Amino acid sequence: MQFNFEKYLGLHEPALHLQSRRAQLLAANVANADTPKFKARDINFREVMKQAEENPKGQGPLRITSTQHFQPPGFTDGYEMLYRHPRQASIDGNTVEPEAEHSAFMENTMRYMSSLRFLSGKFNTLTTAIKGQ
Amino acid sequence: MSLFNVFDVSGSALHAQSLRLNTTASNMANANTVSSSIEKTYRARHPVFAPMLGDLFEKTKGVGVQVLGIVESNAPLKQEYSPGHPLANENGFISLPNVNVAEEMANMISASRSYQSNIELMNSAKQMMLRTISLGQ
Repeated sequence: MQFNFEKYLGLHEPALHLQSRRAQLLAANVANADTPKFKARDINFREVMKQAEENPKGQGPLRITSTQHFQPPGFTDGYEMLYRHPRQASIDGNTVEPEAEHSAFMENTMRYMSSLRFLSGKFNTLTTAIKGQ
Repeated sequence: MSLFNVFDVSGSALHAQSLRLNTTASNMANANTVSSSIEKTYRARHPVFAPMLGDLFEKTKGVGVQVLGIVESNAPLKQEYSPGHPLANENGFISLPNVNVAEEMANMISASRSYQSNIELMNSAKQMMLRTISLGQ
């Protein structure tokens, strides 16, 4: 019987990867909350996940597989980095709104934790199958 | 693990905010330090924040904060006529620093709140990593 780990773990693995990247971006936004002219950035999680679903690992439309490949501006690892629209503009040109970044970070953390929980369940299933008890 | 970078980024912000608190403390402490000449009078100091340029070019990392330097405020100094003061100059004037106490208080609150929120982010990142390590147990 052929067992495919990637298929078994499904979308949870790319989701974890993406959520940890997003945590980094949001942390950078909060860190620069007082830096003049800093522009808050984020990724469109739904879009990127859809991309991951349509193009399984390694076949994404903008994946860098060689050091000589060009990185399109505004993209990292094939994700498009977007700029956040502030609800209240600030006079120093900074677009970070700490409360928005915080809630996004918390939400991202919860999603990360639930992905982990799902993966953990999958591994437990495997262990049960291997041990047979 | 790319979550490690959260610690670098938030750590740089902690450093910058603590420096800002430090300059605020210095400004508040010297708010009433008078002197006899304009050159020798204390001027309010403020740090200048900027994104870390090295991180800006390396697109896969989050961008930390760096302190470019500390600038002295060039707001006009206050001159006060008080001939009885031991530090008064020959015309009877003393120079007072250009520290704006209300501005410094606002700066202090902003810095300490930013410091707190960065610590909270680091705590959340720590929880995420600990849970990842114990995956499958």
